[in-house]
Amino acid sequence: MDYTIILQAGIASGTVLLFATIGELFAERSGVLNLGVEGMMLIGAMSAFSTTIATGNPWLGVLVAMIFAGLISQIHAFIVITLQADQVVSGLALTFLGAGISLVLGEGLSKAGTVSLLPNFSIPLLTLIPIIGKIFFTNQSVLVYVGYLLVPLSWYYINRTRPGLHLRAVGEYPSAADALGINVFRMRYFYVFVGGMMAGLAGATISLAVSPGWFSELTTGGQGWIAIGLVIFAQWDPFRAAIGAYAFGALRRLILDIQGPLVLFGFANPFYYNPYLGFFLQMLPYLFTVVVLVIGSREALRKRIGAPAALGNPYVRGERGL
Amino acid sequence: MTEPTTLNKRRAPFRFRIEPRLSEPPAWYPAAVSFGAIIVALILGGVLISFAGGDPIRSYLHIAKASFGDIGVLSDTIVKATPIILAALACSVAFRMKLWNIGAEGQFIMGAFGASAIVLAPVLPAETSRWIFIPVMMIAGMAAGAIWGFIPGYLKAKFNVNEIISTLMLNYVAVAWVNFWIFGVWTEGGFQMSPKFPDGAWLPRLSDYAKAFPIFRGLTTHLGLVIGIVAAIILWFIIFRSRWGYEIRLIGDNPNAAQYAGINITRNTIWVMMLSGALAGLGGMSEVGGVVHRLQTAPVAAGYGFTGIIVAWLAKLNPLAIIFVSILFGALILAGREIQPSGVPKMIQGIILVCLIASDFLLRYRVVIERVEE
Repeated sequence: MDYTIILQAGIASGTVLLFATIGELFAERSGVLNLGVEGMMLIGAMSAFSTTIATGNPWLGVLVAMIFAGLISQIHAFIVITLQADQVVSGLALTFLGAGISLVLGEGLSKAGTVSLLPNFSIPLLTLIPIIGKIFFTNQSVLVYVGYLLVPLSWYYINRTRPGLHLRAVGEYPSAADALGINVFRMRYFYVFVGGMMAGLAGATISLAVSPGWFSELTTGGQGWIAIGLVIFAQWDPFRAAIGAYAFGALRRLILDIQGPLVLFGFANPFYYNPYLGFFLQMLPYLFTVVVLVIGSREALRKRIGAPAALGNPYVRGERGL
Repeated sequence: MTEPTTLNKRRAPFRFRIEPRLSEPPAWYPAAVSFGAIIVALILGGVLISFAGGDPIRSYLHIAKASFGDIGVLSDTIVKATPIILAALACSVAFRMKLWNIGAEGQFIMGAFGASAIVLAPVLPAETSRWIFIPVMMIAGMAAGAIWGFIPGYLKAKFNVNEIISTLMLNYVAVAWVNFWIFGVWTEGGFQMSPKFPDGAWLPRLSDYAKAFPIFRGLTTHLGLVIGIVAAIILWFIIFRSRWGYEIRLIGDNPNAAQYAGINITRNTIWVMMLSGALAGLGGMSEVGGVVHRLQTAPVAAGYGFTGIIVAWLAKLNPLAIIFVSILFGALILAGREIQPSGVPKMIQGIILVCLIASDFLLRYRVVIERVEE
């Protein structure tokens, strides 16, 4: 087992979680909890794949995925921002809706065969760095490199720019932001849209790069929910989100690859000789998410870092409170 | 007081003004709004079906005929509704406290596992009488579901871990856990299922009494329906007539007030999650004992736990209303199996939920159309 190859694939698989996590992070920073990530990712994966089959152009697939998932997210935005309904229930509904629509429109796609995928390439010079060059910069999908750029850019946008300041204000203290002349409603609609587009991009990353194809609901396999958990672990910080996403990506790959070799660390590999034990490996990402949540919640308590103060609350003009 | 929000249409001769309702709407109003939401959802669903190349009217007619057309299919509809009743009861009690238990699916699966373990381990010998088998399986199913509800409840109460994500993650763990047992331990000839249960572990069906009552011939409705209805009645009494139910409702409506009133939120969180899990687990038991008659992942993990969420919401968390709403959704699932494309029932469920949530707005606000005076 070559560990650099597993980590290399893990980075690619973690890119899916990275996009979804950062997207959700933007929405939550504006004060809107969107539990529909899984549904929006399914929409993205399905529409990216079917567009690519129809046109032969994976870039168009990515674009359509982002727009379609972004539009679907606006249903949630309308329900929770304008109609002020409960964000939890609406997000759940969006998951059902996204899954249902993608199953209906994706009917027959699983038998559609292969498509032209997004290109993989290596970055010259950077590949020469020992180990790191192999893991991060050799023969990765173009979207993986987009992910590398996204993390610092998101951090810079949120923490060092004026629109980022407005974003944080809207999520922490909307009535104060409103008093400053920031349009709270428009900002929230916008960042829910951003979150939807990123979830769509995450879905497209699955179906056009990481594990190409459309396998109905198994395409995402709960990664949207893991992404929501990672936002809490990340404490709404893009760099921590990246660490979590890549670690989970590596874990997913490790689980796939650990069942192959006959010998593991000098011992007979139990997962090779008793494949049923593989089911316990399958539990790991989900159990880890719970563990990560426990750690994240305790750390947040200790450091007194919390969610954006207005997260989950509708903003009603003129009403007292946040 | 809140200032009325205005959706400004400057150029139009009229405008919509939205103002909060000051008085309770009449009793028929919420039901009418829900009904309207479902109609809108069916229309939207029809539009999407025709987009996907289907015929919406034929699809809907087919659903109606294939689920209520004669007593045989009506019985099948009730069989499909039975696990939904119990899963929705599970969701409703947790939602009542604003505990978002999305894990009814996993608790349902664990309940099926717990009940099956009695037969397959075997805890009771195969020739045990029905009257011992069934109660023991019920207890085992409820216990297994309650354990699966306890974990997120405890994590929520002690570590403030978001229960939405923890319950959802445990769903996937439950599927993998059952897969391990039916592949690795209890497999029948290498297939992904356990051997069939002995007769004593089958819940009695109406058709078992066809000798005495010929009309019952071929009807598959089983004891699980009775279990579901009894559970709904008991839950109604707990929620609306007991001290515990009062505490649950108070915590859900106003946790701060509950705290000041000296209600122990930590303990209630854990107990309610366990009750929720036990109800879902009972649903899993009823499904393996009444329908599947063996432990198998695909027919047990068929999404009843998720449908339960929608049903609980549609029934406004009322245990008795859940019975009737479940039958409607049982019909949708039963008939939906034959509809192409196959994702249609799931999509319609999603659209119904979206429309329902959006329609709640009309319960809290009034839309007033008025002339614009320049």
